Amino acid sequence: MGARQIQLWWQRVSIESELLYLFLRSPAAIIAAAFVLLIVITIILAPLIAPTDPYDLSSFDILDSLIPPAWATDGELRFLLGTDDQGRDMVSSILYGARLSIMIGAVSVLFAVVLGVGLGLAAGYLGGRFDMIVMRVADVQLSLPAILTALLIDGIARGLLPGESHDRLMFFVLVVAIGLSLWVNFARMARASTFVERNKEYVQAAEIMGLSPIRIMVTHILPNIMGPLMVIVTVDLAVAILLEATLSFLGVGVPADQPSLGTLIRIGTSYMFSGEWWVVLFPSSALILLIISVNVLGDFLRDALNPRLR
Amino acid sequence: MAPLILNRLAQSIFVMLAVGIIAFSLFRFVGDPVAQMVGQETSIEDQERLREELGLNDAVPVQFVRFVKNMVTGEFGFSYRTRQPIGELIKSRLPATIELAFVSLIISLIAGIPAGIYTAIHPNRKTSSALLLVTLIGVSLPTFVIGISLIYLFGVQLAWLPTFGRGDTVEFGWWKSNFFTVDGWRALILPALTLGLYQLTLTMRLVRSEMQEVLRTDYLNFAIARGLSWRSIYYRHALKNTMVPVVTIIGLQFGGIIAFAIVTESVFQWPGLGLLFLESIQFVDIPVMSVYLILIALLFVIVNLIVDILYILIDPRIRVSGAKG
Amino acid sequence: MALLEIKNLHVEFPTRFGTHVAVAGYALQIERGEIHGLVGESGAGKSTIGAAVLGLLPGTGHVTAGEIRLDDQLLTGLSATAWHALRGKRISMIFQDPQTSLNPLLTVEEQLVETILHHLPLSEQDGRARALELMEEVGIRDAATRISDYPHQFSGGMRQRVVIALALASEPDVIVADEPTTALDVSVQKQILALIKKLAKERDVGILLITHDMGVIAEITDTVSVLLNGSCVEAGPTSEVLGAPTQAYTRSLVASVPRMDRRVARFPELQSRDPKDTDTSYQIEGASAEFASDWLLSGDEQGSDHSDTIIGVNDLSVVFSSRPSFFQKKTEFRAANNVSFKIGRGETLGLVGESGSGKSTVAKAIVGINPTRQGQVSFLQRELELAHKRPTNDPSRRQIQMIFQDPYSSLNNRWRVEDIISEPITFYGLAASKEETLKIAASMLSLVGLPQSALLKYPHQFSGGQRQRIAIARALVARPTLLICDEPTSALDVSVQAQVLNLFKDIQTKFGLSILFISHDLPVVRQMSDSVVVMRNGDVVEAGPSESFFENPTHAYSQLLMSEMPSLELLADPEKLIAG
Repeated sequence: MGARQIQLWWQRVSIESELLYLFLRSPAAIIAAAFVLLIVITIILAPLIAPTDPYDLSSFDILDSLIPPAWATDGELRFLLGTDDQGRDMVSSILYGARLSIMIGAVSVLFAVVLGVGLGLAAGYLGGRFDMIVMRVADVQLSLPAILTALLIDGIARGLLPGESHDRLMFFVLVVAIGLSLWVNFARMARASTFVERNKEYVQAAEIMGLSPIRIMVTHILPNIMGPLMVIVTVDLAVAILLEATLSFLGVGVPADQPSLGTLIRIGTSYMFSGEWWVVLFPSSALILLIISVNVLGDFLRDALNPRLR
Repeated sequence: MAPLILNRLAQSIFVMLAVGIIAFSLFRFVGDPVAQMVGQETSIEDQERLREELGLNDAVPVQFVRFVKNMVTGEFGFSYRTRQPIGELIKSRLPATIELAFVSLIISLIAGIPAGIYTAIHPNRKTSSALLLVTLIGVSLPTFVIGISLIYLFGVQLAWLPTFGRGDTVEFGWWKSNFFTVDGWRALILPALTLGLYQLTLTMRLVRSEMQEVLRTDYLNFAIARGLSWRSIYYRHALKNTMVPVVTIIGLQFGGIIAFAIVTESVFQWPGLGLLFLESIQFVDIPVMSVYLILIALLFVIVNLIVDILYILIDPRIRVSGAKG
Repeated sequence: MALLEIKNLHVEFPTRFGTHVAVAGYALQIERGEIHGLVGESGAGKSTIGAAVLGLLPGTGHVTAGEIRLDDQLLTGLSATAWHALRGKRISMIFQDPQTSLNPLLTVEEQLVETILHHLPLSEQDGRARALELMEEVGIRDAATRISDYPHQFSGGMRQRVVIALALASEPDVIVADEPTTALDVSVQKQILALIKKLAKERDVGILLITHDMGVIAEITDTVSVLLNGSCVEAGPTSEVLGAPTQAYTRSLVASVPRMDRRVARFPELQSRDPKDTDTSYQIEGASAEFASDWLLSGDEQGSDHSDTIIGVNDLSVVFSSRPSFFQKKTEFRAANNVSFKIGRGETLGLVGESGSGKSTVAKAIVGINPTRQGQVSFLQRELELAHKRPTNDPSRRQIQMIFQDPYSSLNNRWRVEDIISEPITFYGLAASKEETLKIAASMLSLVGLPQSALLKYPHQFSGGQRQRIAIARALVARPTLLICDEPTSALDVSVQAQVLNLFKDIQTKFGLSILFISHDLPVVRQMSDSVVVMRNGDVVEAGPSESFFENPTHAYSQLLMSEMPSLELLADPEKLIAG
């Protein structure tokens, strides 16, 4: 029994794996993956790595504000990349900010996946009225672009929730806002794939056997849509991060005392004209690098999983 | 063909109604309209009287019908924040956004479509790899970062172009246009570029992938086997087929432009609808939010309808009914 | 000097597993007006040769040795531009699927005229006239009106005629036809083949006809070469190669073709080309074909007595109604109309018809996965209700099993074979423990001729024939009484088909299964069934015992169907081939 299990594991990750092979052959993908891995590790370890905790109001001093990076004149070694207008260390802010951005992005995508794939699978398999309803709702959602939905939900939340609880709940508001603007992609993909799989004979065989619709959807059809799903997940992760950054930049994202990368860029913009360039440059670069890595991975996945390109 | 179009029309009306319900719910149930309108000294009786006058005590469906009637006739109500009639606000801001969107769309199409075609036809050339790299970066750059960078480069360092506002505009009735003065164009260029750049990369990727699909088909291989000229193969056979799905996506793109215009207008302080909406979010100005929502949805629905009709007209498989034998 | 001459052609495809040699030393000579058939099973390399002649090798393929000459001009080694200048003008190609071979956005006239004007020095007006002539030459009625139609307005057969017209439009000397009739209905097939033959002779064009179908070869080719793993095994005039084959492979191939003129007890089997079939590296303890055999026989149904009626279908009708959009009227479509028949124990009923005749609909209606059904179906003397009305543990679910046509979609690609075969065992509660389930699954694989190590693999690692065998194992594992086979071998190579059909015969004899065998292929039906039902457009046209039907069909349509089957007279007598 044990020998057999080892054989199985090996077979799954063996040279037979086309994906792994293509991955190891593509330098861009490796670099991007390495970078994403690096980012993820730093983010997780941020509280340990960062020199200070920028969210702790007592850890910084307004008198330290707007100190340039360590290598410039007037720079200090303890603030490697300088400080912002509140005296927060840039390195710490970027680490914590990136962490927040990724967390929000990832949870939003998770929300969108669960909602979208669930609805799409069911719509594709059950068809009929359920399908029609889901598609109408999707149509309405599609007539409102992502930013609009996100802003709208944000605005509604602002209107419905009083002051302080609004700040505390912002994380969830953002997740719902971004997730709601992304679910349609997943739903459409899941639905289309389900339509294709549904007509395949192995599904008919399962139906003849008498398996329940839910069992068929989850155990038979779902594994078959994993491929395209992964591609959309990576692409949408980049979009989610971008959306969060945009919302924060516009001032309707995360609360000001817990800045994400977008908030930092916003702050930096006002100081750009007066010569304090580092406040906007470093967070912007971090954001761009993050999104590029996720996109390269997504591109690689898309090409690798496309059966016709091989 | 007619039933298909009718079907699409019915769908559009449905969508508009749904959006209307959302906008109405927003308006009626988020926050208290009366509390927004009156000061703190107003007595309870006066507030109640106001409530009656505004019809806020009627049954919800009745209120909804009234809401729809108002929207359709242009009675948009008043902004909580500025007390101005919303209709006026929209008139003053609409041209700015439309012109910005239009120029951005043109930029993205003029540069994006040829680039997409080129990279699909010549995948192995260095220029193609370079272009693809550019799109990769372009897709990863948030609009506001592009905006800020352009401002920094052209506005601050080189000081060639203005960094905010619309500059000089020429009036045609209530429509103020940037198109007719040099100063107007100078103010328009940076925001249009910012908005257009992101769309450009999206367009290019789309055209490229659609064209690659077409280049793999049997009928294209058959055209090659018949020895037709490469020009005909690429432009007559491949491109025509590529354009059909591209037309649809361009319609959706328009939505993206309107959406991202919010960000661009914010960065450049461009006084358009986007900036208006943003301000309404920040100040929880519900009526403006409602109206904006409906307007945008209407714009979308119209554009999508046009695209769908175009699709029906272009693709003979839909236009002309099936096999005769 | 031959028109088209190929000498010692080698084509290789470098892959990450090493270099794949697709063609190894192929030689050929075609004269003007000669139709040469290139026959072989899937993977033999036939399409590669066709593509090489056009200079259109896909992906990384390239010619590593040998030469291709057209009228003594060397093609291999030509620059891309020079080769492209020859396409259309000297050589052209026809593809398999008429659905995707034509540009959907241009009218037929536009596509024809473009090709004509590109290659011939004619004026626009003359070009149009020529296009019209071509349409008439390929047998399209009302050519003048139809020429301005779009491709999707033509039916499959008509579209292929347009494709042929397009290939001829540039007046080439050689045409490569890659499976030109495979995607067409049998009735249309014969017409298109006749058309190709006529055109080849009239226009003095050399044709390289690539196919896996022996019937096509027998029908119109003058000469033939048999391809196996990239090399030519035997070549010569068709009558000789098919009538008196000398090589072992050719002999087995010819013997495996199902005949319509007589019934053979069992097909001769080619030695298996697949090394995986004999892999004994992995064995479950106690699992073997004998165990499976005993296990199947220990169920409650056994024997081969035809007297009991297992399933009876009475006035079965299936009506589909659809409404494309809210604004159009509802349309009704009778897919099956008052169909009745009976199948006895251990008997095979062949359900025959062309595509669209309703045979698959009847099958699905019997198992009840169609949402609507009128009429009665009785199984084992009890009324059989629609699938969703029957309780999940109703024995009929287990007793009726189905085998489908497409081996590539009948197994879940993401599941291991072990899970695929175990699912019915667990679901129907046929085993007491996981170990027993595994034992039964492994034994069943042995029974159908697959190694037990297949349990650990995924479907995509198997060939079409092997996948079909896995599907059979999955069906058998439920210990069925009735097996419904919907075109089970239509997608398989001839030799693989022979193996699978033999398997069906074996399990029926041993286990007394009743089989509903659905097919459009009359010769196959003759080999397999005891009685026959013929369907057309949803109606039953004729029914009766198999032998009398095939000797003497009474209905005009049945006679028409038989006449449309490719004539296999040229093929040698299978009995002689097996013996000799």
